[in-house]
Amino acid sequence: MLATVEDFVAELRRAGLPVSLTESLDALAALTVTDLGSRRAVHGALAATLVKEQGHRPIFDTIFDLYFSSRGLAATLGTEEAPVGAVGGERDPDGGSAAAGEARGGGVDGEAMSPEALRDAVRRLLAGDAPSGTGGASTGPGGGVLGGGATGLGLAGLARRAVDAFAGMEPGRPVGGTYYLYRTLRQLHLDALAEEEGARAAATAPDALRASLARRAVRDRAAALTAELEAEIRRRLVAERGPEALARALRRPLPEDVDFMHATREEMAEIARALRPLSLRLATRLARRRRHRHRGALDFRATIRRSLAAGGVPLEPRFRRPHVAKPEIVVLADVSGSVAAFARFTLLLVYALSTQFSKVRSFAFIDAVDEVTGYFDRSAEPAAALARVQAEANVVALDGHSDYGRALVAFWARYGTEVGPKTSLLVLGDARSNYHAPEAWALEALAARARHTFWLNPEPRVYWNSGDSVLGAYAPACDGVHECRNLRQLARFVDELA
Amino acid sequence: MPVRSPFFTSAADVRAALAGASYLADDQIAGVVHLADRLGKPVLVEGPAGTGKTELAKATARAAGARLIRLQCYEGLDEAKALYEWDYKKQLLRIQAARVGGEPRSWEEMEEDIFSEPFLLTRPLLEAIRATEPVVLLVDEVDRLEVETEALLLEVLAEFQVSIPELGTLEAAQVPMVFLTSNDTRELSEALKRRCLFCYVDYPTPERERAIVLARIPGIAERLADQVAQVVAALRGLELRKEPSISETLDWAAALVLAGVDEMDAERTRESLHILLKYRSDIELAERRLLGDAERRGPGQQRGAPQPTGRTEPQGATLPTGASEGGSRR
Repeated sequence: MLATVEDFVAELRRAGLPVSLTESLDALAALTVTDLGSRRAVHGALAATLVKEQGHRPIFDTIFDLYFSSRGLAATLGTEEAPVGAVGGERDPDGGSAAAGEARGGGVDGEAMSPEALRDAVRRLLAGDAPSGTGGASTGPGGGVLGGGATGLGLAGLARRAVDAFAGMEPGRPVGGTYYLYRTLRQLHLDALAEEEGARAAATAPDALRASLARRAVRDRAAALTAELEAEIRRRLVAERGPEALARALRRPLPEDVDFMHATREEMAEIARALRPLSLRLATRLARRRRHRHRGALDFRATIRRSLAAGGVPLEPRFRRPHVAKPEIVVLADVSGSVAAFARFTLLLVYALSTQFSKVRSFAFIDAVDEVTGYFDRSAEPAAALARVQAEANVVALDGHSDYGRALVAFWARYGTEVGPKTSLLVLGDARSNYHAPEAWALEALAARARHTFWLNPEPRVYWNSGDSVLGAYAPACDGVHECRNLRQLARFVDELA
Repeated sequence: MPVRSPFFTSAADVRAALAGASYLADDQIAGVVHLADRLGKPVLVEGPAGTGKTELAKATARAAGARLIRLQCYEGLDEAKALYEWDYKKQLLRIQAARVGGEPRSWEEMEEDIFSEPFLLTRPLLEAIRATEPVVLLVDEVDRLEVETEALLLEVLAEFQVSIPELGTLEAAQVPMVFLTSNDTRELSEALKRRCLFCYVDYPTPERERAIVLARIPGIAERLADQVAQVVAALRGLELRKEPSISETLDWAAALVLAGVDEMDAERTRESLHILLKYRSDIELAERRLLGDAERRGPGQQRGAPQPTGRTEPQGATLPTGASEGGSRR
């Protein structure tokens, strides 16, 4: 048991999770008071002791699956009192299929189903006409909506058959799980089936509300089936290649290390979620005047008045209430093609800021500058707001190539007076000005008026000032120039403020 | 450090006991509470607002029959409010009294006297440590603390002891059960996280929410509870400014029961959405995405046009209808 947990922790560390020695000792201590026959309890105990950040949870779950399901939990942990059969008694789908995995070898329910029968079973699963409460409740959200066995199979059973029939898995083939998943999904026509079932369920619903609820339920079931298929494929790959090899193949960067410029859609969604609290911190940091002052200056009059109660001895000094500076943030963001991916992040940041603070004004530029504050008003959804900025804002004057000099001069001329001593100015961009004049005086003039000026650059530091990057011209005017390629760097910037 | 006998025997026992204290825990929560109880480690409970983090601590206290000591954190909370404070009014009084009464006393005697326990005001952390009966300590919204104050918590949570320069180190009579809750507005320090068990309390699954509604709202029909849970889950799937919390779900369900509703439909939902959603923009979004398109409604109330129009808050800025307008402001 010790060895397995050690391997597991080592793999977590290789994946980038910060697991300390004390935490791994805690994990072992936790296991001593945990029912080792229950896979779910073990999972919970390890998660509570080893993962202290929700964003790391998906990576943890994946690795847990690799290390603790291939041979059945009890075997892995080396306890003899809890035979594999006990695991199958659980309501949790993975445990169930681990036991069923043994059964597959014995051919108890291993007979193949025809593709049509399978699709039919999937259709019934999606439609939800199954006795509820038999399969169900995976660790993921929404997993619980599932009724169990459509054909008496259950989600796990169905996934197993589908993988048998469609994935065409061959030992020794050097392909990743995604390839098999893709093959299975394509031949199962899951998307089409889900669409069809959703439409059918919606059509029979009496009104719009119930129609969208029904559609949603079908979508959730399809997502849960996909997740189960993925897990099933992974289990088989583990059995074939061993957990370590597979973990290496599956390794992904932590959410905070994902480069904004190369983020996938899912990663971008995760980043967007993480941005909310971060933007709150950013705004409060910008607003904070002095760090350790919890009270204002001595209030002499109040102190004297108060001292009368103690016969003129000023027992309790009185202080004025500290002046809380309202954050006034002006964001100036490059939205040109060269930073397109970063611009998406930028605008998300602006959105997150503006939903939390009323005094956020945002401006976008390519070679002209336009105010985009209104696009981020509270009623807008981020996606719609971003689309509108790109479609409607007047940010292009000539050719749509970024021209920082021109944009800054225009900004200074048009909005310069609105930058004041309370304003924190954030410039977001790569300072690649296509060999136009940098016109750094405009930024200097702005910086002179503003309280702080910070520049966040999505490019790696080594590329700064190479080619057409003119960051060097602007840097002296700023209070700080920071590389900002991922959430970790953004968080560091926020922490260094103040 | 003296060991406290555990409150609970197993995760299942935790679950049952919490259910008895009218808190429906899922496996994860029950597991973590059980571990915390057995290992004597604090639990850091994180999650969105309104998912019952504070309630978990309260319910655990009820279930364990322990006294709940609560420390509400806020920016500016300091040692004097969290740990202990010398009651210096009382000290002054003592000195005055000694002088008036003409007690001849040396400075050492006097110092010893006024820096002793009768002059100590215990604040929640110290109180939890000195308690001799079973206690549950709840440190609420720990993310509001400054980093410096957080360090203070560390000593207490790691060693369960408090050093008072004048008195020496006070050790815990027994390890209290500790819950820290956080809304994640600030990254907590690694050191604090390392010392805690971590429990992320997310919005409940529709099943669990349904069970919560059934347990808390007497007389609600199962069918209605089911639909309520589903609608709320669907709402949380939208990108709202403020997602409905569990207590809002309960309010909504209670209102529906009072109104004699036994089945949800689009019209009733629309009429009562304001109980769940607290921003006009959120309500509009929900109407658009959940209750169907503008075509489904009468022509007179076409608010759900593709472009959001709720620009009611001017935010001290011109609406960006174009560069020319912005330019003319100068």
